[in-house]
Amino acid sequence: MARLPKPSELGLDHALPKKGWMDTSVDFRSGTWSHPARAKNLEAVGFLNGREWSPANHDWKLPANWKRIVFEGIRERLEKFRSLRIFMDVCVRCGACADKCHFYLGSGDPKNMPVLRSELLRSIYRGEFTLAGKIMGRLAGARKLTESVVKEWFYYFFQCTECRRCSVFCPFGIDTAEITMIARELLNLLGLNIDWIAGSVANCYHTGNHLGIQPHAFKDMIDFFVDEIEAVSGVRIEPSFNRKGAEVLFITPSGDVFADPGTYTMMGYLMLFHEIGLDYTLSTYASEGGNFGMFTSHEMMKRLNSKMYAEARRLGVKWMLGGECGHMWRAVNQYMDTMNGPADFLEVPKSPVTGTVFENASSTKMVHIVEFTADLIKNGKLKLHSGRNNNLVMTYHDSCNTSRGMGFFEEPRYVIKSVCNNFYEMPRETIREQTFCCGSGSGLNNDEFIEMRMRGGLPRANAVRFVQERHGVNALSCICAIDRSALTTLMDYWVPGVSVYGVHELVGNALVMQGETERKTDLRGEPLPGTEAVEDEDI
Amino acid sequence: MKIYDGRYVISGLIVFIALATFPVWFNRGKVSPSPEPKLDTPAILEMVQKKCVLAKDEMRIGHMRLLDQWRTEVVRNGRRIYTGMDGKIHEMSFQNECLKCHSNKTTFCDTCHRYVGLSSSTPYCWTCHIAPREND
Amino acid sequence: MNFIISLMAVLALVVAAFLGIEAAGLSRVFGVAIPYAAFILLISGVVYRVLNWASSPVPFRIPTTAGQQKTLPWIKRDRFDNPCNKIEVLGRFIMEVLFFRSLFRNTRAEVDKGPTLYYQWEKWLWLGGLALHYSLLVIILRHLRFFAEPVPSFVPVLGGMDGFLQVGLPGIYVSDAVFMIAVTYLLLRRLIIPRIRYISIPADYLPLSLILAIGVTGILLRYFTRVDLLKVKQLAIGLINFQCVVPEGIGTLFYIHLFLVCTLIAYFPFSKLIHAGGIFFSPTMNLPNDSRMRRHVNPWDYPVEVQTYVEYEERFREKMIEAGLPVAKDIAAGGPAIYSLTKK
Repeated sequence: MARLPKPSELGLDHALPKKGWMDTSVDFRSGTWSHPARAKNLEAVGFLNGREWSPANHDWKLPANWKRIVFEGIRERLEKFRSLRIFMDVCVRCGACADKCHFYLGSGDPKNMPVLRSELLRSIYRGEFTLAGKIMGRLAGARKLTESVVKEWFYYFFQCTECRRCSVFCPFGIDTAEITMIARELLNLLGLNIDWIAGSVANCYHTGNHLGIQPHAFKDMIDFFVDEIEAVSGVRIEPSFNRKGAEVLFITPSGDVFADPGTYTMMGYLMLFHEIGLDYTLSTYASEGGNFGMFTSHEMMKRLNSKMYAEARRLGVKWMLGGECGHMWRAVNQYMDTMNGPADFLEVPKSPVTGTVFENASSTKMVHIVEFTADLIKNGKLKLHSGRNNNLVMTYHDSCNTSRGMGFFEEPRYVIKSVCNNFYEMPRETIREQTFCCGSGSGLNNDEFIEMRMRGGLPRANAVRFVQERHGVNALSCICAIDRSALTTLMDYWVPGVSVYGVHELVGNALVMQGETERKTDLRGEPLPGTEAVEDEDI
Repeated sequence: MKIYDGRYVISGLIVFIALATFPVWFNRGKVSPSPEPKLDTPAILEMVQKKCVLAKDEMRIGHMRLLDQWRTEVVRNGRRIYTGMDGKIHEMSFQNECLKCHSNKTTFCDTCHRYVGLSSSTPYCWTCHIAPREND
Repeated sequence: MNFIISLMAVLALVVAAFLGIEAAGLSRVFGVAIPYAAFILLISGVVYRVLNWASSPVPFRIPTTAGQQKTLPWIKRDRFDNPCNKIEVLGRFIMEVLFFRSLFRNTRAEVDKGPTLYYQWEKWLWLGGLALHYSLLVIILRHLRFFAEPVPSFVPVLGGMDGFLQVGLPGIYVSDAVFMIAVTYLLLRRLIIPRIRYISIPADYLPLSLILAIGVTGILLRYFTRVDLLKVKQLAIGLINFQCVVPEGIGTLFYIHLFLVCTLIAYFPFSKLIHAGGIFFSPTMNLPNDSRMRRHVNPWDYPVEVQTYVEYEERFREKMIEAGLPVAKDIAAGGPAIYSLTKK
């Protein structure tokens, strides 16, 4: 892990270099880039040009015909993606996006302004693909493709978390996430990926999840949660695995199974399902909700995502339920049906408890757990004792992908307010569609990238500190597995004293289960607030 | 070359071209000759030397400024005497001097003003002055 | 430096037109040939760019959602910022194209010691952009008085409203003043705000310099020098009706103004100015967020290599059996595997 300076020593300078951006080259400073993909992880899924190399070295051992590969790659993608053509052509460099990027705000590096990040690719597009650029050169903002351009791409396109905040402010809707996705595809053609992504992709492809948890270990972990839940509530629950004929297939990111504090969220799901008597199953084959393929290429996204529908079809379930995850839900909402549908073998999801038909998921047949729970609460189907979360002064972090790739704002707030009595919003410029990234999204939540992660997370942390100082907020909830892990690190660094919670962990705490014994602790094993004098609150 | 979303794209292009060429199909090739203000009022016909206060070309592009000057001189400074190009003395009066000869508003003033698309309130001579009575 | 280059380019255009008329007497070239050429470039260039965009499909439904999605019936949704059908997309577009909705969200972030971030009110870019585009629209519509005969009735009305101040003679048009202020502001912000100067390239200054020069020459023509409007209209109508007449003595300044306009419209399709058309094609804006309700089809979708459940079970069967997980193929019984094939 790269040495991380203390917050007070981090330094933040928004001064601009004297030289223009085309004349400055990348400084591969430790803590600001991720380890390159190992050859075996690329080869494991059939990617070419895997090799041992390091960004810190001068020679990146690019394949001999690398320029040709890039040109062909760009040409192919211009023909396949109208988005790319439009985003390459219409930017007027108005600068509205410039100070909207968390990486720019936290690092002061001008090439982290979305406009310049895109210009890194746009300048090559102009210089190599447009007549005006070929003739006018730099006057038209064009340049030629060189090795140092590729190095720049690697550095800056793996310093974008595809959060789409810039796209909300862009008068033409130019989406840097889309540009980054395509630029990463180009880099991947040259074997230039990062190992945190490539390794997760290889794992997910071969074992069903990013963490490479094998089926028996996956079951072990769930069994462990079952014991934990019993210890807290006295209720023994019995989840099923790979079970044919279940009504619902539940898929959540593997981080919920393996990484604290996501594990508590997982317990919350299991308790809820048990309490409402949901006929569901978990799958070890499709044991990953997230999709690091999305951070590699559209094709890889499709290859990993295929397991969801394939497993639903094999098990003969009626519909699918998805856990709390950010980019998983961008993939499910905007890509899954197109890539691996039509899901005509499933039925339009209908809550067996409330009878609510989820018309908004009538084609993908996949419902977000928070929508599902919101519907349960609204219909009074859950007995909730929100006082159990009274020790928490809560705020809520909107995940980038569910916000700007879906528009999922009210459901989580409704659920949180139903299970927590103390809730405060962060400032308007930092929530909902304007929410700031945790700084670690899109496959950048690795240890060696830690300095940039803390810098990128600054705007989020800063907003949390604001409500901490004003309202005494000590808890930050979210509906994303990467957030749960990354925000924990971020809070420890910038805003000590704030813990991170998944929404369903809070539901699990508040949920009054049939036959439960009196709870002494929350799911984390910490004593419940005011256990001696609780008033029953039914919602 | 395949066109995707052709219905929208082609209709969009048609709208663009239609707007960009609006004057062409609006005019429909009608050649409307540039207007010739009529100088055939009885007063002008009687004149021996058909001359205005300034040369014709200067009046064409500068009459509005001249009138504006006259108005300022008369209303603000109380001066009513104007010496024309050939030393001829004129009374600075729109009603009594200009309209004496150009008593044909519709066939003199309005032809050009309409041609270059001035609004009915510009020029605003007629908000104060009474238009000459014309028998046609 | 970037600004100087584009300023020089515009000055060169002015000089070219000046010499062309004054020294070479090329009034037919500047009055007829160049306007036609520019107009043809504009139309063909726009058609080319648009068809070029349209030749690429939109494989995925990727709207940027900026408001609450359509979900449970009791949750209030945001129809304009998160449209879920074509009518609502139209609404989003009207907001965007007519009122610059996204730009209106703009804020200015400032970093203080701490480090602490502040988000400040910043609507100047939105206001400047809106002012520029609307004043330009009014100016273009007003110019119809030269190109249409009879003049469409809305043109004099518009001119009357635009000149409602009745200051000076000819009366000052509000749109002219707004236009000049907006262009100057947009140019100054590029030059003065360090961040914006850093991202600006010559191709950003050129259109601004060009329209500034067009504005200046236009204002000179209308308010300071004199031009015979009858002759101007004769020339314009001739061009429109393909019966060109080049009246004598319109004046060099007019030809400079015309030449700059011609340059601008010819440059339009091949520069960033094409954003005017591009916005309609932006997939983050022109698609409803309905991909969970209606399937979006990718025209170039192709089968990909996936790991099937069969392959997965082959790999982990023993461990699965040991852990008590159900498997499709019972090893002990040695029976045939019952798989439902999942490979596409």
